[in-house]
Amino acid sequence: MKYIEEFQDPRLAQRLLDEIHATVTRPWAMMEVCGGQTHSIIRHGIDQLLPDQVELIHGPGCPVCVTPLEVIDKALEIASRPDVVFCSFGDMLRVPGTGRDLFQVKGEGGDVRVVYSPLDALRIAQQNPDKQVVFFGIGFETTAPPNAMTVYQARKLGIRNFSLLVSHVRVPPAIEAIMRSPSCRVQAFLAAGHVCSVMGTAEYPELAERFKVPIVVTGFEPLDILEGVRRTVGQLERGEHTVDNAYPRAVRPEGNPAAKAMLQDVFEVTDRAWRGIGTIPDSGWRLSERYREYDAEHRFAVGSITTEEPAACRSGEVLQGLIKPHECEAFGTVCTPRNPLGATMVSNEGACAAYYLYRRLGGPTAHKETSPVG
Amino acid sequence: MCLAVPGKVLDIEDRDGTRMATVDFGGVLKEVCLEYLPDLRVGEYAIVHVGFALQRLDEESAQRTLRLFENLGMLEEEFGDPWAAAAATPEVGR
Amino acid sequence: MAETIQAAPDLTAWTCPAPLRDQPKVVMGHGGGGVMSAELVREVFAPAFGGRILSQLGDSAALTLGGVRLAFSTDSFVVRPLFFPGGSIGDLAVNGTVNDLVMSGAKAAYLSCGFILEEGVETRVVAKVADALGAAARAADVEVVTGDTKVVEAGHGDGVYLNTAGIGLIPEGVDIAPQRAVPGDVVIVSGAIGVHGVAIMSVREGLEFGVEIVSDCAPLGGLVATMLEATSDLHVLRDPTRGGLAAALNEIAAAAGVGVEIQESAVPVPPEVDGACAMLGLDPLYVANEGKLVAFVPRQHADAVLAAMRSHPLGAGAAVIGECVEAHPAMVVARTGLGGTRVVDLPIGEQLPRIC
Repeated sequence: MKYIEEFQDPRLAQRLLDEIHATVTRPWAMMEVCGGQTHSIIRHGIDQLLPDQVELIHGPGCPVCVTPLEVIDKALEIASRPDVVFCSFGDMLRVPGTGRDLFQVKGEGGDVRVVYSPLDALRIAQQNPDKQVVFFGIGFETTAPPNAMTVYQARKLGIRNFSLLVSHVRVPPAIEAIMRSPSCRVQAFLAAGHVCSVMGTAEYPELAERFKVPIVVTGFEPLDILEGVRRTVGQLERGEHTVDNAYPRAVRPEGNPAAKAMLQDVFEVTDRAWRGIGTIPDSGWRLSERYREYDAEHRFAVGSITTEEPAACRSGEVLQGLIKPHECEAFGTVCTPRNPLGATMVSNEGACAAYYLYRRLGGPTAHKETSPVG
Repeated sequence: MCLAVPGKVLDIEDRDGTRMATVDFGGVLKEVCLEYLPDLRVGEYAIVHVGFALQRLDEESAQRTLRLFENLGMLEEEFGDPWAAAAATPEVGR
Repeated sequence: MAETIQAAPDLTAWTCPAPLRDQPKVVMGHGGGGVMSAELVREVFAPAFGGRILSQLGDSAALTLGGVRLAFSTDSFVVRPLFFPGGSIGDLAVNGTVNDLVMSGAKAAYLSCGFILEEGVETRVVAKVADALGAAARAADVEVVTGDTKVVEAGHGDGVYLNTAGIGLIPEGVDIAPQRAVPGDVVIVSGAIGVHGVAIMSVREGLEFGVEIVSDCAPLGGLVATMLEATSDLHVLRDPTRGGLAAALNEIAAAAGVGVEIQESAVPVPPEVDGACAMLGLDPLYVANEGKLVAFVPRQHADAVLAAMRSHPLGAGAAVIGECVEAHPAMVVARTGLGGTRVVDLPIGEQLPRIC
């Protein structure tokens, strides 16, 4: 068992697809919360294989996209300082703040480095005692424990030239915000498997009950996604709304207790702004009082930087399936994959970028269109 | 969010008081922190994200899931799935 | 919990960040071999230089001089680290330029070599690079006939930068160019993809990982000669370096105005490349190669060319991966293992490790 190829088997995928096709009787709109799942869906062409009645709405689970403009501006300010080595996951480098991005800071002489793990940043701090090493701590519940452990280690080892610029976000408050949005048409959620590997599933039954939506914990390989869809469709067709775990090999109900304990120690829940959405109460983490001295915002006194989010494209409506991408005035004119206005055009998995690409394909292989709200 | 991949623990050592492992991702070896899965053993698989093992992969559960997929069609063929059949009927009628 | 939430946010106002692509300053992506590189050439260099030959934007230029058909190409090398598993900047400097020539069917003959050295770099290191370069030239059966050396101040270079240029003779009856791809052509790749890129990444600071594969860096003159023995009617050859197979196929599709369709399961990807890509969130189709080629071959010659490739050590792993089609001109589409399709787009800039 390698846990990868086994869950990509085309023969078993066909069984799952047959079952989904046989089960569905009417249109359903479900949201995969996680950007990683969106990636997998596009990468394997899964959306084209599902029945027309099954609409996948690509959710907000991309930490890169939801990191607020203001935090990016703080990162750019810190990374521009001559005494700073600014470390980040690769995907954050191309996210623009006001007028520039980390690539440009690097181009202007800033020491910006891509690392695989926050522990790599801590090692850079150990090797460069005369530099301030800052790690850009973004991500959901999956990425928060690694970042928490790194701050914990810095404190334990007395590495004082390390700090964390924190912009962590949490999934359950986002699900709640989506369900409370006045125009919401999401009828079920494929919950993010790896978030649940850490946090467990205890936060979800209340949400499923309150909003009467099935929540199915779903993995990332093609068979996992199909199984998540199969179970979701089953619940919707039967009129049920329970929390179901379609990824049991990696998700236990209690999650990872050691990681949760570390999160409790290092972070505390706080309101957090989501780029383009606004502030969602209790939707993020910041460093707790005990670790405040490792907070880059305090160390570099960038707390005073405030940035207003500019009004831009209609990606919010696209994200919810309220309009098709081409119904946006900017689509294909001022907004293209080369010069995107919004997240839905930024990455290849974005609804607008995918639509842009597949529209050119035409014919029977064209990207499946989603029906507008009826 | 969360690009996390399965890897197999090859060896475990204590470094600066931190439990670290060499983990094999299909022939690619990477140092991984085991602090969140302290009882993970050599030979076991875990989900790894940005250099941290976050959850043990349960082989029995994985096998069970695959068996379930394997049996999906079979159940229908052998016993018929009245609910699925009922659902499919209007489609056929149209 | 629910009571603490005030007004529900209205997601209709949702916007997300857009990367700044109209860069006022050069960024790394301009050298990534993707959309940004192409724009720099198209919008800055091509208009400045003009010229019919340059506008063809091939890997090498095909020239007729004194009644002789020549291929001419240049390439610069800024790789870090200078020495990596399976090769060095010296090997790349020879094989990169030689392969650019070879992709027009030429037999590479002579190279120039420019060294840009950083003040303070050890002469021992320079000598080691030069030795590697000399050995690579002998292995590729080309001669370095002219050169240049410049030194820049400490901090203004990465130790050693190299530039090579090369010329070669294009044999009679051979006409290989991206524009010649036509629907019906069979697309063949000469072996496992992504090997060089993964070997380099494995030793890059911040990403280091252990892997038992080494760069595939190699001169492809012998392989192409073997293919030309099977038929002189090869339509297109391309070495998928920066931007990987995806960039090479997109460039061909755009140049010829044809569609390209590949079967993802047919593309040879070694398990280590798969593993590294899974770990870093990369797509093997976009990872660099330095000793592979992709060929567009008329269907009636495909079997013979494939057999010829497999008879050569550098083509032993050759495989048919797809075909050239009339549908979706200038686009590359992959059929996935599950039977779905996805568009394989030209990369924008560099492929970065992602967590999302």
